Amino acid sequence: MRIAASADMDLIIEYQGQLMAGTWVTIRLALLSLLLAVMFGLLGAWAKLSKNIVAQKTAAGYTTVVRGVPDLVLILLVFFGGQELANQIGALTGLWDYAEISQFAAGVGTIGVVFGGYMTETFRGAILAIPRGQIEAGIACGMTRLTIFRRIIWPQMVRYALPGFSNNWLVQIKSTALVSVIGLQDVVYNGFVAGRSTRQLFTFMFAVLMIYLVLTAVSDAGLRWLDKKYSKGIVRSEDG
Amino acid sequence: MGEAIVQFLETWSPIDIVLIAQNFDRFLLGAWVTLKLTVLSLVIGGIMAIPLAIIRAGSNPLLNAPVWAFTYLFRGTPLLVQTYLIYYGLGQFDWVRETVLWQPVLSQAWYCALIAFSLNTAAYTTELLRGSIVTTSKGEIEAAKACGFGKWMRLRRIVLPSAFRRALPAYSNEVIFMLHGSVVASTITIQDLLGVGRWLNGRYYLAYEGFITAAVLYLIIVLLISKGFRLWEKHWLAHLYPQDAVKAKPKKGLASFRI
Repeated sequence: MRIAASADMDLIIEYQGQLMAGTWVTIRLALLSLLLAVMFGLLGAWAKLSKNIVAQKTAAGYTTVVRGVPDLVLILLVFFGGQELANQIGALTGLWDYAEISQFAAGVGTIGVVFGGYMTETFRGAILAIPRGQIEAGIACGMTRLTIFRRIIWPQMVRYALPGFSNNWLVQIKSTALVSVIGLQDVVYNGFVAGRSTRQLFTFMFAVLMIYLVLTAVSDAGLRWLDKKYSKGIVRSEDG
Repeated sequence: MGEAIVQFLETWSPIDIVLIAQNFDRFLLGAWVTLKLTVLSLVIGGIMAIPLAIIRAGSNPLLNAPVWAFTYLFRGTPLLVQTYLIYYGLGQFDWVRETVLWQPVLSQAWYCALIAFSLNTAAYTTELLRGSIVTTSKGEIEAAKACGFGKWMRLRRIVLPSAFRRALPAYSNEVIFMLHGSVVASTITIQDLLGVGRWLNGRYYLAYEGFITAAVLYLIIVLLISKGFRLWEKHWLAHLYPQDAVKAKPKKGLASFRI
């Protein structure tokens, strides 16, 4: 048993370059799509809370579709369908001959937009949790809308949104694994290739599992730290 | 009339609706595979989760630690990798290939998906149930003790029924996540709903039709599930809602404030 374990370790060390390169792609993919998701989430929350009926309906349709359809279906649709669409538009307008969407771009775009839908709900709930009187007080002090957002809404919104945000982010990191299905050379893809060529798929898939576990554990610690920072001066209930 | 519609669609529709209609029975079959896989995983995972959640809510460290490790591993890693590990990985070990289970179960994509999905949903459901078990109000337990209920009686008659009900809203999310997660089956050769979509696109060299049809069908299933759960919650959680909430009009809070 010990001999087997050390042989496995040697194999992983042999392929560590590929695994690390894949991990780096996964991290970049996750962070970039998080950025996009936060942007879409803020935009969506704004639209859902606005008085504009068109914005409200658009945001409602957006969150229903992206939260209703599995992410892999959307990734495949964007990667294959988006390419086809870009080429059809190019042929129609004569502006370009051939367009190609990279796996990375399709992954960032799709995962960002999908999790933007989850972020929309999180941010909307967080904004609604801020007592209305505080905003009225801001208006009474003559603050502009932007100042109200920056000074009153944002700091509290972050605190109220953090638990939901953390949850979304942990789901999102794991969703990035699906982009390997369209051929992005992330940690799952590279681990699979290494496992197949050495006929040790269990070893390599287990290594990939451990890498994801490290990524989620590190994020968890970071988010706890943020939660502490933004909850300064807040008295928590005893069992909270 | 029918021919006129077909002609119209063939000329004007940007996607090949006629082809989708011709293959619609395959999509329904795929939806059936998806539903079967999802429901079976939820049932198996749910049955596993009940004792595991009771252990996690208890204070026995010898039992608690391994269950915690199990839920941590399965909740912290992607379902895709878990499924690959079982389907592609287990064959690495000679002793696994020599067991009686290899031929009928462990080498079959369908059973591997079922095992991976069941373990995954068991991990999530365990933590969810644990949360609602530990938040049972103290008064209910004190009352049960005062009535002379033993430990198991309290669990069976007081704690679990109330915990199940309070876990319902969170569980509806888990059900939808499991349905979403079941698309992973299509990556290990199973012809589920997405698998049929991928097959159609591959066979006719298309970019949209298969995926769009699958997306629409998934959306319909998700909407039906959440509608069903809402009705269920209304029934089982009625005692937790404020009494006059039904009559009172919802107050407009910040909803009317524009950022």
